[in-house]
Amino acid sequence: MNTADRPFLIAGVDVGSRLILGTGGAPSMQVVEDVVKASGTSMCTVAMRRADASTSGSIVDVLDRAGVRILPNTAGCRTAREAIQTAQLAREALETDWVKLEVVADERTLLPDPIELLDAAERLVAQGFTVLPYTNDDPVLARRLQQAGCAAVMPLGAPIGSGLGIRNPHNIELIVAEAEVPVVLDAGIGTASDAALAMELGCDAVLLASAVTRAQEPELMARAMAAAVEAGRLASRAGRIPRRPYAQASSALAGMAVL
Amino acid sequence: MTPTIGIKINGVPRQVPVGTRLDTLVDTQGRTGRGFAVAVDGEVVPRAEWQIFSLDEGQVVEILVAVQGG
Repeated sequence: MNTADRPFLIAGVDVGSRLILGTGGAPSMQVVEDVVKASGTSMCTVAMRRADASTSGSIVDVLDRAGVRILPNTAGCRTAREAIQTAQLAREALETDWVKLEVVADERTLLPDPIELLDAAERLVAQGFTVLPYTNDDPVLARRLQQAGCAAVMPLGAPIGSGLGIRNPHNIELIVAEAEVPVVLDAGIGTASDAALAMELGCDAVLLASAVTRAQEPELMARAMAAAVEAGRLASRAGRIPRRPYAQASSALAGMAVL
Repeated sequence: MTPTIGIKINGVPRQVPVGTRLDTLVDTQGRTGRGFAVAVDGEVVPRAEWQIFSLDEGQVVEILVAVQGG
């Protein structure tokens, strides 16, 4: 039996942990530092915003100190044009051509706008970016993003910050079944069992933020998520038993006493 | 009095001395080091060019920084 897992590779780079942590929603930099450590994550997302003299502490310093890879996002962008400019600024600021591409349709749902997303993905790939798109749980869009040259696809389980879990597990399975790049379940995770399910469905990794940063005890939830991702990954590799409509005895019937 | 030009920094109108370069501007905002990026009139200006980039009247400067985010 081979117990060693294969490495989690994106664009040929061994990312490390299969739990990617968003840093949004944490009440302080100290909490970010604590949950990064407790989660064992190797890669964290950041957003790009106007510099403001009142900004206290530097997220970059915290993440550099923790030794994790920084993945800038394009959160808040509504058009391909905005997302591309934000990615270019992030590349300049953080010296990375990796980008979590987010192009959302509206504030209420924060659902990806598929037309703008695909447009932005194609153009960023052409500019040499390693594009990790936050996408709908739509197998066809996921396929199109891969064809566009994205280095991973990151379907949502449910809307960002909703904590509703994985609303359409079957679609996630369909995406996984035909993916030739890593599938990262991004958004919607509420608690540890959601993260475990994502991995059981065959996802290569999970990206979450609010579930940890807004938990009552963020550090404990960070540990729970690390354990859940690991458990789900092991279960996925182990291969679950088929579901049956009726019982199947686990104790042999042969040799029963006649009483 | 030093002649000035009007520019916008992160959406706020400002008067700066004629010939102000981007590196000076970013410094006066207390912003140096990793995590910062600058765009002028919608175009990213690479860090290496900040010290030779002189601002002109009416230019729109965005100074961005990495912050906590999803």
